[in-house]
Amino acid sequence: MGRYSIGFIAQRLGIFLLTIWIAASVIWLIPRLAPGDPISAMIMRMSSSGGRVENADKIIAGWKERFGLNDPLPVQYVRYMGNLLRFDFGYSLAHFPTPVADIIGLALPWTLGLLLVAVTLAFFIGNFLGAIMVWGKTPGLIRAVIPMFMIFTSIPSILAAIFLIYVFAFLLEWFPLAGSYPLGMKVELSWRFISAVIWHATLPALSVVLVNFGYWTLGMRGMMITVEGEDYIQLARAKGLKPFYVLYRYLVRNAILPQITAFAITLGSLVSGQVLVEYIFGYQGMGNIIFAAITSQDFPVIQGASFMLIVITALAVLIMDLTYPLIDPRISYERN
Amino acid sequence: MGSTLDTSGLATPRAASLPRRMGRFNRWDTPWLNPKLLAGVALLLVILLSGLLGRFFWDTDLAFSGKAPLNLPPVGFVNTRGQAGTWEHPLGTENSGRDMLALMIVGAPNSFLVGVVAAGVGMTVGVILGFSAGFIGGRVDDVIRLLSDVTVTIPSLMVLIVIQSLMRQVDLTTMALLIAVFAWPTPTRLIRAQVLSMRASGYVHMARLSGASTWAIMFREILPNLTPYIFASFIGNATGAILAAVGLETLGLGPQRVPTLGGTIYFAINAAALLRNMWWWWGLPTLMLALIFIGLLLINLGFDEIANPRLRRSSQ
Repeated sequence: MGRYSIGFIAQRLGIFLLTIWIAASVIWLIPRLAPGDPISAMIMRMSSSGGRVENADKIIAGWKERFGLNDPLPVQYVRYMGNLLRFDFGYSLAHFPTPVADIIGLALPWTLGLLLVAVTLAFFIGNFLGAIMVWGKTPGLIRAVIPMFMIFTSIPSILAAIFLIYVFAFLLEWFPLAGSYPLGMKVELSWRFISAVIWHATLPALSVVLVNFGYWTLGMRGMMITVEGEDYIQLARAKGLKPFYVLYRYLVRNAILPQITAFAITLGSLVSGQVLVEYIFGYQGMGNIIFAAITSQDFPVIQGASFMLIVITALAVLIMDLTYPLIDPRISYERN
Repeated sequence: MGSTLDTSGLATPRAASLPRRMGRFNRWDTPWLNPKLLAGVALLLVILLSGLLGRFFWDTDLAFSGKAPLNLPPVGFVNTRGQAGTWEHPLGTENSGRDMLALMIVGAPNSFLVGVVAAGVGMTVGVILGFSAGFIGGRVDDVIRLLSDVTVTIPSLMVLIVIQSLMRQVDLTTMALLIAVFAWPTPTRLIRAQVLSMRASGYVHMARLSGASTWAIMFREILPNLTPYIFASFIGNATGAILAAVGLETLGLGPQRVPTLGGTIYFAINAAALLRNMWWWWGLPTLMLALIFIGLLLINLGFDEIANPRLRRSSQ
């Protein structure tokens, strides 16, 4: 563990906090630059979507008082930050006495499970395909087929999701149309339940994988081409090492490191993409509660759920940053 | 590969006539005539032009609700109620009487508009910041690098969802500008990295030795060489911006008064168009967006090959 110094860990923690602070401040600041206050905007939206709102003026005044919108801005900002840091998002407006944290707690495991599986699959499949695209021993047919799948890369996961639902759930009826397990099924640790969950998660995971693996394939291919030109590869070949050994010990081992850094950078868009996929599939994750909250103007839930996802992304990046020195022995953060 | 020097160019008789052709060896032998790049540009131009010129041939008022019969299928198809498609509405209509053809004609250029505005703003900021970071260095570099490293990891869609759900009325330009708030880090990082490597390269040292001013080095030596990267980051940004806009629109947070492709998908999903087998309702905007993204991908791949000759060689 000699690679870790207090300074390095403190610096990474600082970046983690800075990420959350910037995101939270942008969320707070921008709507306040726009004309009108958030509460009136919410009432306006309610009345435009659901007819007249009785006593709108009174509600606005009451909420302004309750949320302290009459206080000076710096006071509001400090209170807002304090609430976020304690993960106190208040109560859901649509399901009133339920705290937002409870709603998020129910949805979060589904999102994390799906995300973990889908992203891991995309990363490994993508890097594997990228590596064999460059490797000299790969049959020409495989090399010709891979780029065709890359078309999916350019399409947002939300469009892939709609397409997959139509073909595999609606037309062929191989997979369920929506949800993360059959309605009325007991949540338990049985094979029946687990297989139902996997069956329901296949299409959502597939839409994330299809759309994202190509990114890794392209990146890996570029890195492999660069590493391929290095002298030590020629030396390894000249030594008569087996081609496969050269591939995974020399080429892949060196080419994959920047891919792991790229992983941290794309995580944010991956999370965003998956949230939309969950919404399209009616998957019981964060995407679904965010959409339900948007429809019912449940602002505390929108804010709480989005903020949780931002924190989780930043946390994942932090974990990746901290494990990177273990993967890449050349990097030592002692100096920092 | 690395050790086999390309000596063929020196040994051939062509070398003798080199000075005469110094400017360009062959007009058609330029990396800019990359097939992927051209195909992508052509695809996007076709979509954009059919959107822009379509307005002269088709009544775009039909893109608003109540202007046409409901739930008609495209020509040649029959819907679940047994109605056949008519030439009055060749691509069909949806359940509040919007004409799909008119929606496509109005919606596609709107997506381009968001992409161009958000990417333009994001890229301008990115080029300025990336240039400053790479060229000035020191504290400025530290701050800019830290900010872009941090911002790039934020799931911007989440932030945009919260912001847009708080805003009273969002129009296309506002949405594009909000998206641009998160569009600068990628170009900043890219440009900074390129400027750093170019600053240390031979021709910049030459320029410095021959007494060129800092400004001259920046704008006459480095900036022209950054062109492929600036273009590539513009395309990447536009893709990301359209993606974010589609996400917001499909969640029902897009502009309410203007027809958009994502908004059409939102209405289709909300009205269970999938279960009612009204495939044209969600399928046409999906297809249109897919074509736009494929066009952008082709352009991006083309730029990659232009900027990275090793990639170009290996793809042949």
